[in-house]
Amino acid sequence: MSDKTVNPARRAIPDRLGTPLTRSLASWEVLLFGVAVLIFMANSLASPYFLDAWNLSDATFNFTEKAMIAFAMALLIIAGEIDLSVAAIIALASTAMGAAAQAGVDTPGLVAIGIGTGLACGAFNGFLVAGLKLPSIVVTIGTMSLFRGISYLVLGDKAYGGYPESFAYFGQGYLFWVFSFEFGLFLTCAALFAVLLHRTNFGRQVFVIGNNEFAARFSGVPVERVKFILFLLTGLMSGIASVCLTSRLGSTRPSIAQGWELEVVTMVVLGGVSILGGSGTILGVVIAAFVMGLVTFGLGLLNVPGIVMSIFVGLLLIITIALPILARRIKQARKS
Amino acid sequence: MSKLLKNRELLLAGIIALMIAGFATRAPGFAAPANLANIFNDTSILIILALAQMTVILTKSIDLSVAANLAFTGMAVAMTNAAFPDLPLVVLIVMALGIGVFLGAINGFLVWILQIPPIVVTLGTLTIYRGMAFVLSGGSWVNAHQMTPSFLNVPRFSLLGLPVLSWVAIAVVLAMIFLLTRTPFGRAAYASGGNPVAAVYAGIDIGATRFFAFVLSGAMAGLCSYLWVSRYAVAYVDIANGFELDSVAACVIGGISIAGGIGSVIGAVLGALFLGVIKNALPVIGISPFAQMAISGVVIVLAVVFNARAEARKGRIILRNRQTTEVPA
Repeated sequence: MSDKTVNPARRAIPDRLGTPLTRSLASWEVLLFGVAVLIFMANSLASPYFLDAWNLSDATFNFTEKAMIAFAMALLIIAGEIDLSVAAIIALASTAMGAAAQAGVDTPGLVAIGIGTGLACGAFNGFLVAGLKLPSIVVTIGTMSLFRGISYLVLGDKAYGGYPESFAYFGQGYLFWVFSFEFGLFLTCAALFAVLLHRTNFGRQVFVIGNNEFAARFSGVPVERVKFILFLLTGLMSGIASVCLTSRLGSTRPSIAQGWELEVVTMVVLGGVSILGGSGTILGVVIAAFVMGLVTFGLGLLNVPGIVMSIFVGLLLIITIALPILARRIKQARKS
Repeated sequence: MSKLLKNRELLLAGIIALMIAGFATRAPGFAAPANLANIFNDTSILIILALAQMTVILTKSIDLSVAANLAFTGMAVAMTNAAFPDLPLVVLIVMALGIGVFLGAINGFLVWILQIPPIVVTLGTLTIYRGMAFVLSGGSWVNAHQMTPSFLNVPRFSLLGLPVLSWVAIAVVLAMIFLLTRTPFGRAAYASGGNPVAAVYAGIDIGATRFFAFVLSGAMAGLCSYLWVSRYAVAYVDIANGFELDSVAACVIGGISIAGGIGSVIGAVLGALFLGVIKNALPVIGISPFAQMAISGVVIVLAVVFNARAEARKGRIILRNRQTTEVPA
């Protein structure tokens, strides 16, 4: 969708880099962290109920499930692809678990079915994009209809409930004190993905593919295999998120997680991952997850309805992308 | 290439005819002219939006905000009609077009001036516009009894055997054929999607072309907003929810390349009719309406696979050729 070829200046290399300290101070992550701190302070001033350990713990549920998908999505976007079907995968995996729970499958089986469904959906996307070399945007718009469509086909206007009691732990359980199982899982996934992206050959290959797929191919990077694995990872994380969300809600409707694909993409882009591919960090996505969670939780405490919050999310998405472009434009204008 | 495309459109028309014939064996009367006219009328709005989407896709962009634009504009028009019943219909239609153009221009501006990828821009404006529809209405509905009779009846008015709604769609189709094949804008749209670099060297302003494509898309969404609200005689926040995907699906089925630069108006119209026939046939042949989403998902995926086959260019295998020539040397 992008026209990198038309505007090579976008990838210009500066003549001189600043000192390491100024560079890290001017980095997106530091800026975003500042925004998070500001929102945190604004929230605690706006509502007397905000600064409470249990309230803050509840606030994390706003973003943990989405952030788990966002980590995998970040890798996918860095590699120059996108998956718009993640929310539909949640719906399908949740439906599969619901059907299994009706049939009397116990908790370990349910988790396996949820994660397995996610992996299968991811593999299907990966096969279409990497195997058949189709554009990921349309493919995943199609599979988004397909996966959620199957949920509607199975459930119609009904809902699945009656999950076993032990299944509730994933979405409602606490490791110790106010730290929920989901929050622990979120931190673990963050660490794993950070290592995968920033410390392994695989992560290197993801960056290379996003920057120049042709060069990657010439350098012997198995482009198709990497892309397939990325879609598989996204499916896996969607399956895990589905387990957590279904466990937290305790029921399944076909409209579950509606519109989450947008919030996940917003989280990734807000985290400083270039939508054109080739750059980004997991740390940025982690901070972006906190920022979005704090914004929606703060607005929720102020009784702002969900659909109005989505206006803020949309604005956040456009502004965070527009600002660096404007800043660069101004910097260039000043130079010439 | 044009021969191939013609074949493809013939093929699609043939598939649609076969589908209608097949459904007619299950439900006599499905292929009756009156029912076919009914299906066309039912698909009119999708046809118009698919053509709007097609223009944007031709320029290598995508507009996911058309349905949200429709919802906001439809809400604004319906509320104005309810509040000021004396306003003539023409004013309301101009207002719908105006708001639609404005919202489309916001998308176009962000894509043109700030060079933000269109998918990000319209994902963002999609939520913003629909959220604004909620803010505007406060979540309440505008119902049929609050709308004036002329507001409701004009698209239903029968002219030469077809409702005005169908005639509007036919007029838009003809206008789009003219615009895309006989004007500088049409040529620029195909060029800036087909090969952006070559288009720049040929003196085509890609950014401006995309901007106008988004403005056109907004205008069509505005037009459809009136048609939609009037046809279904109700306006609420969630009208046309997910319809942007139907418009993309119609384009993909109709052979419009998502990579830009390839596609025809007739293809998009046939793509929309394909979805329209399926949608109308499901209840007739006794399949749950809940199956519709899954079916369109399957159709989109198949259409993408099919498109990719048709578009597979020889340039793709340069690498492989070079490897094979280098190995013996």
